[in-house]
Amino acid sequence: MIALFWRDMRLAMRAGGGFGLGLSFFLILTVLVPFGVGPQSEILSVIAPGILWVGALLACLLSLDRIFALDFEDGSLDLLATAPIPLEGVVAMKAAAHWVTTGLPLVIAAPVLGVLLHLEGGAVRWLILGLIIGTPALSMIGAFGAGLTVGLKRGGLLMSLLVLPLYVPTLIFGAEVVKRGALGMEVQGVILILSAITLAVWALLPFAAAAALRINLR
Amino acid sequence: MASLWQYANPQKFLAVSRAVLPFVAGGAAICLVVGLVWGFFFTPDDYKQGSTVKIIYLHVPAALMAINAWLMMLVASLIWLVRRHHVSALAAKAAAPIGITMTVIALVTGAIWGEPMWGTYWAWDPRLTSFLILFLFYLGYSALWQAIESPDAAADLTSVLCMVGSVFAILSRYAVNFWNQGLHQGASLSLDKEENVSDVFYLPLLVCIAGFILLFVALVLLRTQTEIRQRQLKALEARERMA
Repeated sequence: MIALFWRDMRLAMRAGGGFGLGLSFFLILTVLVPFGVGPQSEILSVIAPGILWVGALLACLLSLDRIFALDFEDGSLDLLATAPIPLEGVVAMKAAAHWVTTGLPLVIAAPVLGVLLHLEGGAVRWLILGLIIGTPALSMIGAFGAGLTVGLKRGGLLMSLLVLPLYVPTLIFGAEVVKRGALGMEVQGVILILSAITLAVWALLPFAAAAALRINLR
Repeated sequence: MASLWQYANPQKFLAVSRAVLPFVAGGAAICLVVGLVWGFFFTPDDYKQGSTVKIIYLHVPAALMAINAWLMMLVASLIWLVRRHHVSALAAKAAAPIGITMTVIALVTGAIWGEPMWGTYWAWDPRLTSFLILFLFYLGYSALWQAIESPDAAADLTSVLCMVGSVFAILSRYAVNFWNQGLHQGASLSLDKEENVSDVFYLPLLVCIAGFILLFVALVLLRTQTEIRQRQLKALEARERMA
């Protein structure tokens, strides 16, 4: 399973678009927002946490098809499914590789982009903490969505429709962490809930995603 | 030995549902006509809300059915996953568009009522928001049904989605409470209260709710019949091509 993780990492990096693409998307989204709402720093600093979270969501969504689609096309997913490791483990490893190649770079880039949006110094800490805790849930939920739609010809749009509503709780609590942190309110409770969501998602969704994959590979 | 599961046989289901359908549909029509006419024309205006209060006869039953339709889909999906009765999967499929319609009715009537009362068609209130999210879940569910060609795979995948979606829908319901303060009034109906709404409004409302429940059952039966027929037709066509 560790080998599978490194294989996915290598594929993501060598095929190009691994770290770079999601990050560039994240960057361009942050650049576009001031064009849309105007350059006033008061407005930008208020909406910055929301923009960065929604950006993370979309960047994650755009790279989801990479999790299973290519392996499904060239048949290696069939081999993985018949391999002597549980398919749930395969799903978890692939989601982990997805997080390292998209979620983690976003977490690292978020403070820099926060500067662009005039995010206050106090809020940056909470933004990073929230993203570190929350984005793994995004990758796992996304893996479930990708597993559901892997056999479909034009599954991309459908996958967004399926996956985005599932992101709602993570987004709400993630943005709440930044909001409360910036206002100096009590944050611990929200962080605990956010962690609970991520942990529960990682504990349960591999089974649902593996079930979906088995149905699609039938 | 009679058991509930014998109706999992499509032929038995068709026979029984065809016999039952006129009564359910008739009951729905009677309840809706009585409830709505009673509610619209023979109840007094509210002292604060004026005549807008009467939208309760559409709004509350539709909202109730929107949630219960999803619940019914969840149960039907579970039955399909565990016992693999095709009728169950088709019933879940048949219920989804009705659930969508009920959600839209609830949202639209709420907006129409909200404009004069709250001064806005839409507020990002927890209840309103979670209903919008429920609507999105419904859309995704039906879109997945339509996207997959193999009927069994579609039934399986939508069932899995329905189960996961239910958990996330409940999670979202409580998450939005966290996120914004509510404008919407508390539950209009609960079983543990002495008086929910004033009795003048309560009785026609109960009739309307009964009407909506019967309407939902009638529509699900009808649509499930259609789905079964469609499935049979496809099987016939396939057999003809083979011959």
